[in-house]
Amino acid sequence: MAGLQSQDFARISATNFRPPDVRHDFEVAKLIDVSKCIGCKACQAACLQWNDLREEIGFNTGVFDNPHDLTPHSWTVMRFTEWENPQSGNLEWLIRKDGCMHCADPGCLKACPSPGAIVQYNNGIVDFISENCIGCGYCVKGCPFNIPRINQADHKAYKCTLCSDRVAVGQAPACAKACPTGAIVFGTKQAMLDHARTRITDLKSRGFQNAGIYDPPGVGGTHVMYVLHHADQPQLYAGLPQNPRISPVVELWKGVTKYAGLAAVGFAAAFAFVHATVARRNDVSRAEDREAEHVIDEEAARGRQA
Amino acid sequence: MAVRREETRTTVDRYPGRVRVNHWITAISLILLAISGAALFHPTLFFLSSLFGSGSNARMIHPWIGVVLLASFAVLFIQMVRHNFWTRTDTQWIRHVGDAMSGHDERLPEVGKYNGGQKLVFWMMALLIIILFASGIMIWFEYFGGTFTIEQQRFGHIVHALAAVAMLLVVIVHIYAGFYVRGTISAMTEGKVTGGWAYRHHRLWLRKEAREGVIDERQTPPGHGFSRPAE
Amino acid sequence: MTNSWTDIKNTDLIVVMGGNAAEAHPCGFKWVTEAKAQRGAKLIVVDPRFTRTASVSDFYAPIRQGTDIAFLLGVIRYCIENDKVQHDYVRLFTNAPYIVKEGFGYQDGLFTGYDEAKRDYDRSTWEYELGADGYVQVDETLQHPRCVYQLLKQHIAAYTPEMVERICGTPKDKYLTICKMIAECSARDKTMTSMYALGWTQHSKGSQNIRAMAMLQLLLGNIGVRGGGMNALRGHSNIQGLTDIGLMSNLLPGYLTLGTDKEVDFATYMSTRGFKPLRPNQMSYWQNYKKFMVSFLKSMWGKAATPENDFAYQWLPKLDVPGYDMLRYFDMMYQGKVNGYFCQGFNPLLSLSNRGKVTQALSKLKFLVSMDPLQTETARFWKDEGVHNDVKPESIQTEVFELPTTCFAEDEGSLVNSGRWLQWHWPGQEPPGEAKADTWIMAQLFQRLRALYEKEGGAFPDPIVNLHWPYRLADDPQPDEMAKEMNGYVVSTVTDPVDPSKMLLEKGKQIDTFGQLRDDGSTACGCWIYSGSWTERGNMMARRDTSDPANTGAYSNWAFAWPANRRILYNRASADIDGKPWDPSRKLIEWNGTAWTGFDVPDIAPNAKPQDVGPFIMNPEGTARLFARGMMKDGPFPAHYEPFESPVTNVMAPKIRGNPAARIFPADLAALGTSDKFPYAATSYRLTEHFHFWTKHSHTNAVLQPEFFVEISEQLAAEKNIQKGGWVKVSSNRGSVYAKAVVTKRIKPLKCDGKTVHVVGIPLHWGFTGAARKGFGPNSLTPVVGDANIETPEFKAFLVNVEPSNGPAVS
Repeated sequence: MAGLQSQDFARISATNFRPPDVRHDFEVAKLIDVSKCIGCKACQAACLQWNDLREEIGFNTGVFDNPHDLTPHSWTVMRFTEWENPQSGNLEWLIRKDGCMHCADPGCLKACPSPGAIVQYNNGIVDFISENCIGCGYCVKGCPFNIPRINQADHKAYKCTLCSDRVAVGQAPACAKACPTGAIVFGTKQAMLDHARTRITDLKSRGFQNAGIYDPPGVGGTHVMYVLHHADQPQLYAGLPQNPRISPVVELWKGVTKYAGLAAVGFAAAFAFVHATVARRNDVSRAEDREAEHVIDEEAARGRQA
Repeated sequence: MAVRREETRTTVDRYPGRVRVNHWITAISLILLAISGAALFHPTLFFLSSLFGSGSNARMIHPWIGVVLLASFAVLFIQMVRHNFWTRTDTQWIRHVGDAMSGHDERLPEVGKYNGGQKLVFWMMALLIIILFASGIMIWFEYFGGTFTIEQQRFGHIVHALAAVAMLLVVIVHIYAGFYVRGTISAMTEGKVTGGWAYRHHRLWLRKEAREGVIDERQTPPGHGFSRPAE
Repeated sequence: MTNSWTDIKNTDLIVVMGGNAAEAHPCGFKWVTEAKAQRGAKLIVVDPRFTRTASVSDFYAPIRQGTDIAFLLGVIRYCIENDKVQHDYVRLFTNAPYIVKEGFGYQDGLFTGYDEAKRDYDRSTWEYELGADGYVQVDETLQHPRCVYQLLKQHIAAYTPEMVERICGTPKDKYLTICKMIAECSARDKTMTSMYALGWTQHSKGSQNIRAMAMLQLLLGNIGVRGGGMNALRGHSNIQGLTDIGLMSNLLPGYLTLGTDKEVDFATYMSTRGFKPLRPNQMSYWQNYKKFMVSFLKSMWGKAATPENDFAYQWLPKLDVPGYDMLRYFDMMYQGKVNGYFCQGFNPLLSLSNRGKVTQALSKLKFLVSMDPLQTETARFWKDEGVHNDVKPESIQTEVFELPTTCFAEDEGSLVNSGRWLQWHWPGQEPPGEAKADTWIMAQLFQRLRALYEKEGGAFPDPIVNLHWPYRLADDPQPDEMAKEMNGYVVSTVTDPVDPSKMLLEKGKQIDTFGQLRDDGSTACGCWIYSGSWTERGNMMARRDTSDPANTGAYSNWAFAWPANRRILYNRASADIDGKPWDPSRKLIEWNGTAWTGFDVPDIAPNAKPQDVGPFIMNPEGTARLFARGMMKDGPFPAHYEPFESPVTNVMAPKIRGNPAARIFPADLAALGTSDKFPYAATSYRLTEHFHFWTKHSHTNAVLQPEFFVEISEQLAAEKNIQKGGWVKVSSNRGSVYAKAVVTKRIKPLKCDGKTVHVVGIPLHWGFTGAARKGFGPNSLTPVVGDANIETPEFKAFLVNVEPSNGPAVS
C-alpha cells in the first residue's frame, strides 16, 4: 500500500484495521461559490493541464457543456442550466462545476473491494491509488454523486484528487489557482465555512433569500462545498442531489450482507464438519447390496415379461 | 444405461461421460467463481485474488467464468431436468430429511433417480444461476457499465451478493451430501454406483434400470463370487 | 481605460454594456467580483444575449444590437429630467456652460452641414462662440439657449422611455430600473464604472456609442474618480500597446498623427497641432506637441535629423486619404491595386468582413507574407478545404511566404494592458523549430533593403539609409534596447540657461519623464507617453511590488502605467474646485494649499491651483466635452442611427440608412442585404474557452469548445423547426455558413417598433486549421462598413437568414 508509512490516512478501502491515524491534520475544503462562477472553464483547462490529461475533442450538441460529462480524463466539468425563476420571472443561468465532493463518509471507499485502492487522508481528501485499483467499478455505485469514471484502456477508476499532490506541498488545487473570479477558494474547512457565511450574507442582501451552503450531512459533510443562491433547491444545479447519502442498497451490500453472508457460509461449513464427525454413517450395508441383487433379478424378470 | 454384474460387485450406470464432464466443468467454474467472488466480497478474503494473479485478473476473469458456468449448467439442465420434476414422494422425502441426515434411509420413501433434496439442489442451482447471471450482467462494468443505471447496478450488486451466498450454501449442501452419503462420488468420477447404493438411496430408479435397462452379465454373475442372500 | 482593472474594485455600480467582460475578460472580471463581494457593488448587464456576465449580474436587460445610443441618450434624459446630475462637476469640469456658435442645429437625423454626395459634414458650425479674448464664451448658469447643456437637453428630448423601448426592444420597466440604478451614481459618494469592448466599437457608429456613455459618466461626475471611468476592455493582451505606438495607418507613436500630403513642411504640419488654450490658465498639454514630435524624429533618424532639415519631417510618409485602414486597403487589393501584403500576427481571412471579398482580394496579390506563430487560414487562403474554404488553387497565382514567429511566451518585452500598464515579461521557453522573433525578421529585411538602397540608390533612399539603427547586434535588436529608445534619452547635454554650470540633462542618459523632452533636437524619444518606463533607475515595467497604501487599488509600484505612472486619468477631477475629494472615503489626490498630494500621480501640474486649471489638460478648454465640437466626423452629439443592415427602419429619421457619415465603398454598398430576405438580427462575439483564432490550435481549448455553433432563441427554433444540436445554414447577402444550433432561453425575441426581432448569435473562433473541428467565422457573413471615425468594421449588427440543414456536405 502506497505511503502507509506516513500514517496519514483516516480510512483505507477494503481493510479491516483502522489506520494508525496518528496525525491530526486540519481538514481542508474547496469552496465553489456558484454565484461568483462565470462558467469560463478555466478550472477544466487547469485540471487537464496540471494532471496532464488529453480529453477527446468532441462535438457541439446544442449546449455549452463540453465535454458533456465527466470522463476518465475530465475530472471536472461545468454544467450549465438555464432556469426561469418563477418567483422573480428572471432567467438564471446556473453554472455548476461538477467533480468529486470528497465526502467525509465516502461511498466509493465503502464500496471498494480492493485494499488501499481508495484512501482518505487525514485532511479529508479522498484519493484513488491507481496501482491498487482493480477496475471493478464498485466505486461508481458507491458514489452518491456519480463521479468516478473507469478508463476502459487500463481499467482503473479516475476522479478529482483535489490535487492531493499540490495540497501535500502547500499549494491550492489547480482549479482554485486558475479560477479568475475567486469562485473557487481553498483552505481549511473551517475557513471555508466562515468565508461561505460572508457570501451567503451578501447573496441574501441581493434578494437570494434561500442562499446557503451545500455541505450535505448525509455523507458526513464534504470537502468540496458549494455556495448556492437556491440552497433549498440544489437539484436545480444540474441535478445536485437534495439529500445525498450512500445508497441504502450499497450500505446493505457493504454492511450486513458482507458479514451475514460470510457467517452463513462459515456456519454451513462448520455444521457439515460437525455433522460429519458426530452423525451416523450413511453407508451401504452388505444386506442392501444383497437386496439390490434381489431387486435387480426381480425387476429384470419383470422387464422380460413386459 | 446398464446394470453391470461385475466380478466383485454390481454397479449401475448413473452418468455417462458427457454428463460427468459437464458436471465437472460446472463444478470447477463454481469453485473458481466462489474464490474470485469471495475475494471481491470481503476484504478478509481479498488474498484469494492472488490465486488469479491479481485483483484485476480476478475482476476480469470472474464474469467470464460465469458465462462458462451458465453454458455448462444449461447443458446439464437439459440433461437432467426430466428426472427432476417434483412429485408427492419428494415432498414426503423432504419431510423426512432428518432421517436422511442421520443415516436412517430405511425410514425414507423409495425414490427415483433423485430424491427431494437433490431435486431441491437442482432447482435451487438453476434458479440461482439465472439470478447470478442476470445480476452479474448488470454489474459487469466493462461491458454493461453504460447499459444499466447506477441504481439498477446497485440493485444488481445486492442481488448478486445474496444469491452468491445462497449458492454457496447450496453447493456446501451438495458437496457435503456427496461425501456424507458414502458411495455417491463414484457416480461423478466413474459414472456408476454400486447396486447397494442404488438400492439404499434410489430404489425406484434401481428397479427401473433393472427393468428397462440392459443387464450386463458378461462378467461373472453375482453369486459366484459371493453367496446370494438366503431365500 | 481611464482607470485600471484593479480600480474596478472601488466602484458601486458596474455597467457592462457593449461588452461581455466575464466571457471575454475573465481575469479582469475578478475585480468586478471583488467590488460585489467587498463593497456590495451592483452589476448591470445590457446585451442582446443573456451572457456569462449576465449570469452573475444583479440586473439584466435585453437590447437590440446597434441601438445603444438611443438607450444611453435615454438614460441621460432620465438623469437630467430627474435632477440626477452631479451639478458642480458638470458646471466646472465639462463644457456644459460653453456657448456654441449660432447656426448649429440638428434635424431629421442630421446635424448642420451635411453633404449627402460626400457622405460627410462641413463641421464649421460645430464650434464654440469665441470672445474677443480668443476664449470660449461661457454661461455659468447653464441657461443660455445655445450653451452646450441646453443644446444637449434639446438633443435628447426625443429619447423618452417609450422611444427607447420602441427602438431598443428593452422592456420599459427594466429600462427604468436601470435608469434609476445609474442615476443614483450622481451622488458624490457613489461611482459607476463602464466596462465595454467590441460590442460598442464594432459598429458604424462605434465611437459615438462610447461617447454617449462618456457623456453620461461626466454628467454623473464619474470621470477621474476611483471606481469610475470609461473602461475599454482591450481584446488582445497588447492591443493597447499597438495603438500607443501608432500601428495605425494615420498614427505615429504616442498618438501623434501622420501628416497629410498638404502638410508639405514641418511648420505647416505644426500649425494645426499644439492647441492654444480656449479658456484662461489652461494647460492644453498638446502645446508640447512639437517637443514630442521632434524627439520622435530624433529617435527615428538620429544625427540625420537636424533643425536645418526640419528634423527629417519630409522623410515621413504623408497621407493622401484620411487613412489606409484595413477596409480601404483590402478594397484596393480587391481592385487589383496592391502587389504585396505583409500579415504580421494578422489573420484577415477570418477577421475581416466579407470573407468572399477577402479571398478574392488576396488572390489578386503577387505575394503574401504571413508572419505568425501559428498556421493561419490566411496563409492557406488558396487551399481547397471543401465547404470550409471553397477555392480553386490552380486559379490563384499569389505566392505565399510563411515566416514562423515566436509567440508571447517565447520572447521578452512588455505588454500594455487595458489599464495602460506596461508589464515586462520574460520568455517561458525557447521558440520551436525555425521560429524567429518578429524583430529579428524585421531587422533582416531592413538590413537587406538598406543594402539595396545604398547600392542602387532608388527613388527615395533617404528615410531608409538614414534610419537610426544603434543596436548592439544590427541583425537582432534586443527588447531592452528598443524599450530604452521608446522611453527616450538625452542626445546632447542641456545646461541651465541661467546658470550654464548647472547641467539639466546629461548626454546619453535616459530621460525620467516626457516633461524633459525638448524641441531643439537635444532629446530623442520613440514614444513620448512611454517616457518614464525605462529610466536611469532601470526598467520600471519590470517592477512587481504589490504594496498598495490605503488600499486604493493603485499599486503604483507594480509595472509602469502611461502617462507618467498615472493610474487614473483626469484624477484631478476626483476633487472639487478647492481640491478636496468629492468623496473623502475615496480620496485619490488632494490640494494641500500648495501642491497636489495623494495616492496617484496628479494629472495636472503638481502646483496648478485647483480654482484655475481644469482637470482635462489634454483639451485646450481644460474641461471635458459633452459637445465634441468638430472632433467627431458624425456629429458633436451622438444620435441614434440604425446599423447598415437593420431589421427595422430608423424611427427617428426613416430616410437614413446606417450612419450617414460612415464611409462605404460602392461594391460593399451593393452587397448589403435587406430584412425581407434576411430577417434576423445577427451579432458576433467571442467565447471564454477560446482566444480569437489562436487557441483552436491548442488541444485543451479545442476540447472545451470543439465546434462552431450559432445561438438562437427557442421561439425561432420552433418557428423554423430547428433542433437543439442540429445543423443550420446561416446566410447573409454575402455568404453562408453551416453551424450547430444552440437553442437557448438566453436569447429572447425582442419587440421593436411593433415588430418581432429575432437575434442570432454567431461566435467567432473556428476555421480550417488547428485542433478544433473545422468550421466558419462570422466574417463569411458580415458587411464591409466601418465606424465613421476609425473604420472599425460593423461586426456586431447585420442581417442573416437561418434555415435547418443537414450540415456541410462531406467532401
